[in-house]
Amino acid sequence: MGNYVLETKNLGITFGGLKAAENVNIKIKKNQIYGLVGPNGAGKTTIFNLLTGVYMPTEGTFLLNGEELKGKSQEAINHKGIARTFQNIRLFNNMSVIRNVLVGLSNLPEYKCNLFESIFRLPKFYKTEKAMRDKAKELLKIFDLYEERNNLSSNLPYGKQRMLEIARALATNPSLLLLDEPAAGMNPNETAELMEKIRLIRDKFDITVLLIEHDMKFVSGLCDEITVLNFGTVLVEGDTKTALNDPEVIKAYIGG
Amino acid sequence: MEIITTIINGLSIGGIYAMIALGYTMVYGIAKMLNFAHGDIIMVGGYTIYVTMNLTGHPLIAIAVAVVFCVILGVTIEKVAYKPLRGASPLAVLITAIGVSYLLQSLAQIVFGSAPKMVRIADMGSLKIGSLKIQVYTLVTLVCTIIVMICLTLFVKLTKTGRAMLATSEDKAATQLMGISVNRIITITFAIGSALAALAGLFYLLKAPSISNTFGSMPGIKAFTAAVIGGIGSIPGAMLGGFLLGIVECISYKIPIIAPYTDAIEFLILIVILLVKPTGILGKRRREKV
Amino acid sequence: MKLKKFKHYYSTFIITAIAVIFTVFSAGIGLEKSTIYLLEKIIIAVILAVSLNLVVGFLGELSLGHAGFMCVGAYLGGKFSAIMLPNLGNSALNLIASIIVGGLVAALCGAIIGLPALRLKGDYLAIVTLGFGEIVKSIFQNTSRESFGGALGLETPRFDKEQLFIYAFIALIITLLVVTNLMNSKHGRAITSIRDNEIAARATGINVTKYKLYAFIISSFFAGVAGVLYSFSNYNIQSSKFGYNYSIEILVMVVLGGIGSINGSIIAATLITFINTEFATILTGNLAVLQNLLYAIILILIVIFGNSPALESFREKYDVKKLFAKIRKNDPSTINSDEAHWDKIPTKISMDELFSLDVTNNDQNSVLNIQDKEGK
Repeated sequence: MGNYVLETKNLGITFGGLKAAENVNIKIKKNQIYGLVGPNGAGKTTIFNLLTGVYMPTEGTFLLNGEELKGKSQEAINHKGIARTFQNIRLFNNMSVIRNVLVGLSNLPEYKCNLFESIFRLPKFYKTEKAMRDKAKELLKIFDLYEERNNLSSNLPYGKQRMLEIARALATNPSLLLLDEPAAGMNPNETAELMEKIRLIRDKFDITVLLIEHDMKFVSGLCDEITVLNFGTVLVEGDTKTALNDPEVIKAYIGG
Repeated sequence: MEIITTIINGLSIGGIYAMIALGYTMVYGIAKMLNFAHGDIIMVGGYTIYVTMNLTGHPLIAIAVAVVFCVILGVTIEKVAYKPLRGASPLAVLITAIGVSYLLQSLAQIVFGSAPKMVRIADMGSLKIGSLKIQVYTLVTLVCTIIVMICLTLFVKLTKTGRAMLATSEDKAATQLMGISVNRIITITFAIGSALAALAGLFYLLKAPSISNTFGSMPGIKAFTAAVIGGIGSIPGAMLGGFLLGIVECISYKIPIIAPYTDAIEFLILIVILLVKPTGILGKRRREKV
Repeated sequence: MKLKKFKHYYSTFIITAIAVIFTVFSAGIGLEKSTIYLLEKIIIAVILAVSLNLVVGFLGELSLGHAGFMCVGAYLGGKFSAIMLPNLGNSALNLIASIIVGGLVAALCGAIIGLPALRLKGDYLAIVTLGFGEIVKSIFQNTSRESFGGALGLETPRFDKEQLFIYAFIALIITLLVVTNLMNSKHGRAITSIRDNEIAARATGINVTKYKLYAFIISSFFAGVAGVLYSFSNYNIQSSKFGYNYSIEILVMVVLGGIGSINGSIIAATLITFINTEFATILTGNLAVLQNLLYAIILILIVIFGNSPALESFREKYDVKKLFAKIRKNDPSTINSDEAHWDKIPTKISMDELFSLDVTNNDQNSVLNIQDKEGK
């Protein structure tokens, strides 16, 4: 079991009487790019919310690198190594691009600096601040955001906002990155670029990626394995090609 | 026996709070704003009663004039000060409401001076049932507030306008698409709220027949507290909160050790209730989607 | 380039310069009592506005109880100095110690009220802080004559006026330095990230409760400091002064100065205090009532002109910041700080409660269940 980065065990949640997710078992190996697909309302974002501590699972549990994270707070789960982006972009809109990334960096142990040191501008503050800014610039360069670093993040074009959100998530040094519809609203060129970027960051940061996407070209071109959800339950899982060609999946998507 | 009198007094003052709280709660639920000037409408109502009583000497005319005047004032304030800010940040609207509150208070001070004025509306005397002594005005207040509340509930429940109010609160844009004029609904809300404030002013004057330009501040803030305790936006919540606060207030006044701290106790209850139930007793809040 | 580094401290430098000028003046030719009193009033207002801005502007939470924290500071600091009087006399040491004690007690209150209350959403927090202010007021009003003076108020020791205003200036400069430094550090960024998007802040690993509490405690500390200065400046404090109306006065300064702008708070607090004092001296007798009227009208007009969606194009045309940027040939879209224009800053007074007739309170989860089915 040690070789799985993420392992969910019968994960599920019930809202009132509605089972939004049920018996979800996902196993993701290290450095995999794993897809979570399914029609609208299948429970994909709900699973992300379970994995990041927004909701408390009513059944089952999940492990990150063998450690159980169920019941931990959102920030604690982030510190343990799960970072995410959101379906509807959630940036810190009134802050500059670089500050968005700096917020992501601020909880890393290597940039420790307490409130007292910050307020009274002790040497430690300048040291960590410099290190954080250097790291942030490095991250922004990877996502082609370096030139815009002092812009207000809400002034960025849509595609760049998505990139910034990924950069901010990566700044928290995760071992598992959750991307919620990263290609939504992008044109084919941008989508192709994004695929390259995701592969690049997987290799460069040595992370594992779990993503939700509706664009099947994107999924089949990028994901090693996928899980197909429908009505909160797992329909099919496994190798991308095989799973997407499964008659059950086709039925769920086009009906019949 | 003492306790029964206290509770009746509490219900009566609670009824006044509930009436003001209804104004807060309806405006909050529909126009999504904290109308800080609501308390000052009570004050304007009180002064109107004072003036018409001096001119005509007839309580019923005074009440009618006060209600009409307050409705006109409330609607005008909404049109002039709040409507231009529809769609602006809630904080901007809040500050404007505070500005309106200052404006009404200083205008009242200019017109009537800062010395309190005495208003004698009607002397109702008291009622003796066995060893029980009850002031008649408390009963009148209680009965009137209950009638008003029943009417209001029926209005919202049964009339087209009432249902349009509920719909507006739920989703402004969709309501507009259904062919309902949101502006009209908000105007009606302010009109009802102001009429209730005028009545509250009347009942407050029956209880304590002296009026100054800050007459509405304390009942206003207490009623606001009541609305929040009951769950702001909820009509039954405002009633519940009002009565609860009224009873607590009267009981607290009866106990010598805590009597001076009555205000503090009321706010403490507010804090405790919010900590246990973050949206008040009957409040409803839309959840933000992640 | 070198100067740019100190951009955030311009206001602090300017105020230090003003402080030095006034100190020299008072040592040289001496200042009138009324001038010193006005200066102290302005300093207190600026400290209050800047510290409230930390909560309202940078954290995005609405507090209507700032005067309550000020009240706690004023009473405890004032009492402390009175207790220390036999030992320390009205020396500078007593003054400084009392200011610190007042601030710390207010900060403690901030922690006690903030820890549970900060779980509440914006507008409810506003109501709880308002309630806190009223509770504090009521408690001090009913204290005995010997302890805190009760309804008659508490007499505080008389410190040398000229000494007091210098220490007030120092307190102001420290306030500005602390707030500026805080906001330009990772802790400050965490605080503004909560304001901008609480959900994203949590997902980014920000401990929201901790940072909210930091902002709240620091803000109440300085409110307490301002309270102590107020008590020394007036020799006597009465709790009735510290009602929610006073909190609102401070809030108005913050809002008019620009939410999230420290410089704006300084300017607005100074101007409003100055104009109010001037009005009070000009409009005497029968005209005195006009002061509040003018204040109210100006307030309403400013807010409507500054925020009405209908006047957007008008504002665009005469935007001072943009004109300024044009002169300096800056690109207005680049920013170096978080001091955005105030109507763009989200404060979390979300007005989202539903109007209802239901007597049963739906379980929160079931509301969530309807809304949280996956979106498109």
